[in-house]
Amino acid sequence: MREIRYREAVREAIREEMEADERVFLMGEEVGHYQGAYKVSEGLLSQFGEKRVIDTPIAEAGFAGIGIGAAMTGLRPIIEFMTWNFSFVAFDQIISNAAKIRQMSGGTFDVPIVFRGPNGAAKQVASQHSHSVDPFYTNIPGIFVVMPATPRDAKGLLKTAIRCQDPVIFLEGETLYNVKGEVPELDEEELIPFGKGRIGREGKDCTIVAFGRPYYEAMQAAEKLAADGIECEIVDPRTLRPLDIELLVESVKKTHRCVVVHEHWPYGGPGAEIVDQIQREAFDWLDAPIHRVGSLDVPMPYASNLENFVLPTVERISDAVRRVSYAK
Amino acid sequence: MASGRDALLEHYRAMYLIRRFEEEAARAYAQGKIGGFLHLYIGQEAIAVGAAAALREGDQVFQTYRDHGISLALGMSAEKGMAELMGKDTGCSRGMGGSMHFFDKEHGFMGGWGIVGGHVAVAAGAAFKSKYLGDENVTLCFFGEGATNIGGFHEGLSLAGLWKLPIVFICENNQYAMGTPMKRTSAISDLTLKAQGYGMHGDRFEGYDVKVVHERVKQAVDRARKGEGPTFIEIETYRFRGHSMSDPAKYRSRAELEERKKKDPLVITKDQLQQAGATIEDLDNIEIQVEEAVKAAVKAADDAEPAKESVMFDSVMATKLGPQNREEAAR
Ligand SMILES: Cc1ncc(C[n+]2csc(CCOP(=O)(O)OP(=O)(O)O)c2C)c(N)n1
Repeated sequence: MREIRYREAVREAIREEMEADERVFLMGEEVGHYQGAYKVSEGLLSQFGEKRVIDTPIAEAGFAGIGIGAAMTGLRPIIEFMTWNFSFVAFDQIISNAAKIRQMSGGTFDVPIVFRGPNGAAKQVASQHSHSVDPFYTNIPGIFVVMPATPRDAKGLLKTAIRCQDPVIFLEGETLYNVKGEVPELDEEELIPFGKGRIGREGKDCTIVAFGRPYYEAMQAAEKLAADGIECEIVDPRTLRPLDIELLVESVKKTHRCVVVHEHWPYGGPGAEIVDQIQREAFDWLDAPIHRVGSLDVPMPYASNLENFVLPTVERISDAVRRVSYAK
Repeated sequence: MASGRDALLEHYRAMYLIRRFEEEAARAYAQGKIGGFLHLYIGQEAIAVGAAAALREGDQVFQTYRDHGISLALGMSAEKGMAELMGKDTGCSRGMGGSMHFFDKEHGFMGGWGIVGGHVAVAAGAAFKSKYLGDENVTLCFFGEGATNIGGFHEGLSLAGLWKLPIVFICENNQYAMGTPMKRTSAISDLTLKAQGYGMHGDRFEGYDVKVVHERVKQAVDRARKGEGPTFIEIETYRFRGHSMSDPAKYRSRAELEERKKKDPLVITKDQLQQAGATIEDLDNIEIQVEEAVKAAVKAADDAEPAKESVMFDSVMATKLGPQNREEAAR
């Protein structure tokens, strides 16, 4: 299989879906002439023109609302947030409008819209620019939340998102954009369904659930632990809403131990939700309490020594696996 | 007039300090000593220095992430600034904020803010405090032309106009919001029209001559201090560097940049000084002193202790939650 970067995988999904469906358009800050703040949309303006690749002023609530209105009335917008941190000024549009319109109208109006952009910390961009927004959006009924870690998942899931009849929150990562990975050839279309996780690595001793950026830290931790004779199974749920609880439970029933890794803060969020569901479904199979590894419970500091300390590290993940394995 | 010349010399000193501070910051960034976003103010110095000169003690200033210039103009030491950029404990925000989030309470600097438009209503809140307490202080709120399109800007101005708050909004129109020229983000080109609807005074001028900036901002500040309500000022300017260090600024031509550099505020001030009788020696002295200050700042920042875990935890809230919180945090 060919290898491409995550950034290119996202771009291919947008391009293919825009080629296939005239109603799909891309809107956001610097997506056109600038070729994307992180170069995700490079080349799309020249291919599709200003009608379908639309640069906006800095007005997130405005263009999120424009997208929702257009979606309700038959178009299929892809709304890019330069980063998800800037979605907070548009939060009301997403929570009060996008997620509510369908049921509020008795099922009259569908809202087929994708909100996408990089989520989580980048590198030393400090507290206002380092949010993992997944806990905020996963709390809302009426929307899908997708958080792919690999290029292949990004492409296959984004294509599904663009064809979806409901609002989708699509969480990429600035530090993921350069990640390379195998992706099917251009003529082999792959649509990855929502609610289906993926085993990133097989193992018998401990399940590590990981999604988004820390998936890679979890993989590294697994390599290290394998050298000490602890074989971890890495399960990436890929979509957080809906959650592939069957796959997680199946893995835990095999390994009897589990660590959940996430970038978001420790209080609540998908990390806690996953623990809650697993302990209910697999209580009798667990040999130890489930532990979590996330960012520390503080706003993100600027200094790099502290940022590295706050984010989930390979070391903290390995420690957690050892703790639940009662190993030294 | 000697006193006028002396004042102008001090303006030149302040502008030169900003310029050299940022050039060294750019170098340190290239060396990997500074991380994250670094938005330079080079080219816009006359605005920060002219505006700061219109203030008195007790006044309060809010700025975006492009905040090094105003911090230094208000009197913050280069050492504290450089240490913050390098993530050191001796920095103005103790290494927690970095380039985008300078704070300096002592000099009335209320922060560099990262979310476009997010600080506008907050600045109006500081002005509300002044009206509430009758302390006769004035608030300045800076932002770029790109910010005039976002809701936070409009709600902040709306309330400031309604309640006649003692605040001056300064839009530094440097022509581009990241890579986007204003003609692609605003249906109108005279931005004071946006403020008119909120019932406030408007003013609009070029920001290359520090004396002009000083005079015009002072008029607005005096008006605010007398309780005559807010002013919105649009100042034409230009940034010589990219939006941030990661922006190669391919959206504008070399020729355009060279043309704009003819209006370099430092060059303009230097010419004015020479016409006013300042000697080469006067100017050299200032430049040498600034060089030394910047060099010392870099050295001190290099040598300083890195930002501290204890500060990171203990500064989150005023309420002390005790060690249990830290354990929970580090779980
Ligand atoms: C709400 C929000 N959206 C997007 C951004 C990303 N961003 C940072 S600065 C900037 C451009 C701002 O341009 P302008 O307001 O003209 O100020 P300048 O940077 O030119 O000083 C953008 C889009 C942000 N920080 N906040």
